[in-house]
Amino acid sequence: MHSKTILQAKEDLQQKKYSAVELTEAIYQRIDSVEPKVQAFVHLTRDIALKQAQEADQKLAAGQNAPLLGIPIALKDLICTQGTRTTCSSQILDQFIAPYDATVTGRLKEAGAVIVGKTNMDEFAMGSSTENAWHHPTMNPWDLERVPGGSSGGSAAAVAAHECLAALGSDTGGSIRQPANFCGVTGLKPTYGRVSRFGLVAFASSLDQIGPMTKTVADSALLMNVIGGKDPRDSTSADVARPDFMKALERDVSGLKIGVPKEYFTSGIDPEVERSVQEGIKTLESLGMEKVEVSLPHLQYAVATYYIIACAEASTNLSRYDGVKYGYRSQKMDNLLDMYMNTREEGFGEEVKRRIMLGTFVLSSGYYDAYYLKGQKVRTLIKQDFENAFEQCDVIVAPNAPVTAFKLKERINDPLKMYLSDIYTISANLAGIPGISIPSGISKTDGMPVGLQLMSKHFDEESLIAVGHRFQQNTDHHLQQPLL
Amino acid sequence: MSGKIDIDNIAKLARLKLTDAESDRLGGHLEQIIDYIDQLNQLDTSNVEPTSHVLPIHNVFREDKAIKFADDVDYLAGSPAHNKGHYEVPKII
Repeated sequence: MHSKTILQAKEDLQQKKYSAVELTEAIYQRIDSVEPKVQAFVHLTRDIALKQAQEADQKLAAGQNAPLLGIPIALKDLICTQGTRTTCSSQILDQFIAPYDATVTGRLKEAGAVIVGKTNMDEFAMGSSTENAWHHPTMNPWDLERVPGGSSGGSAAAVAAHECLAALGSDTGGSIRQPANFCGVTGLKPTYGRVSRFGLVAFASSLDQIGPMTKTVADSALLMNVIGGKDPRDSTSADVARPDFMKALERDVSGLKIGVPKEYFTSGIDPEVERSVQEGIKTLESLGMEKVEVSLPHLQYAVATYYIIACAEASTNLSRYDGVKYGYRSQKMDNLLDMYMNTREEGFGEEVKRRIMLGTFVLSSGYYDAYYLKGQKVRTLIKQDFENAFEQCDVIVAPNAPVTAFKLKERINDPLKMYLSDIYTISANLAGIPGISIPSGISKTDGMPVGLQLMSKHFDEESLIAVGHRFQQNTDHHLQQPLL
Repeated sequence: MSGKIDIDNIAKLARLKLTDAESDRLGGHLEQIIDYIDQLNQLDTSNVEPTSHVLPIHNVFREDKAIKFADDVDYLAGSPAHNKGHYEVPKII
């Protein structure tokens, strides 16, 4: 049961092949058996989940229906869940219990979902390997000596290890797409503003987006129908009508123009990643799509731009953690300032401090124009690159990451090298456009999954879903599973 | 470009009490990252408008009508120290 997709399980539940309680119990049995190896979760919500499953069964028996009735889903632990912990994998929020549900949590519950637990992540979503986590790291289900990617590494690993049918992650610079790629699952970062950020613990407010991490593109489409759309409680959520994303699954994609940006295939890309992505592009051509070469000339500046903007926003967002209103408070204090400084020193991990320091520096007097303003201007150039490229194509196809999942501890002591593992995903966040990662094969060198990244114009997730689904109907890469 | 960052001052602005070892290590990392970021100076951006937000932002207005946010929410419950409906902090003056 645990290996089902959402759409398969929905049908099985309707046909009474098994009950929602049986499905949830099967998921927890799976968790009990693989979680000691994978460590995808920060904490489980077993009692609540079983109650939600019982309610789902009652509704099913009464002939009611809802898009996710009885479906076990995991949430990245920076999405607020009323009454249970939301830790952001940080000591400073370890005991934090949100007084309300995030909008996406509320929408999942209304849709009948069963919330199985909260998944591990890099602290405050800052990282690319889920090693910057206060409680424990997460292992890649394909090779337990390798990282699952990050920052939504727990969600990606949980989906790949079948510890849930699907999960939500968040993506600020690639944190859905890169771990989806490393773990061989599907991950969609929606357009900035498509999904409400209310109740998402903020990292970089102009970049953060919540999105689905699933076994198939079709499941992502279904989840987008539930979580997408305007929310009056998030003033940056866009007032754009949410389409029926399931309809995009039926769309004819032949004749679409796929743009291949030459800058993504230069030095530094693993030959096996390049081979798999090029084969993926050939598959898309064989399905009637037309390949055109496009250029995104400012790609090489994306990481530098991102670290200015993301860290500047983070340094202001994280100023709220001072030991007063919630979370951890240091016991070492002589006065109020001391309490702030000791609380933050003890409560934050090293990567978070590094980014707060960098953000404080680029915003500080005398450096604002040279760094922060410069970063915002280069952001404009990166955004214009995409606007120009989309005049020539409908969907951009590229790799998600230059390498496959690396070994634990391999990059953790070299922050810049870690940052560069996000080079292919970061620019979509800077431009605010949607991107999806779909499995495209297995590396012959290390046996790890490789993925294809598709990007489209603002609010055109439908093209990504249409092309991604067609690709999955004609390939079996997404059906490959790790041996656990 | 080394020595650009006054690490103690930045830590103070960021309200972080770094240990000496941390200060050395983070300082080294920051110098390295700033050197990398300095490649943006290769670009002439004198005629480029900055982007702070990717989509057009408008003021969001609604009727000035009170809406109950949620029932029985105890916002103080998550506070490390509170007393009689107030947050408690060390003596300020």
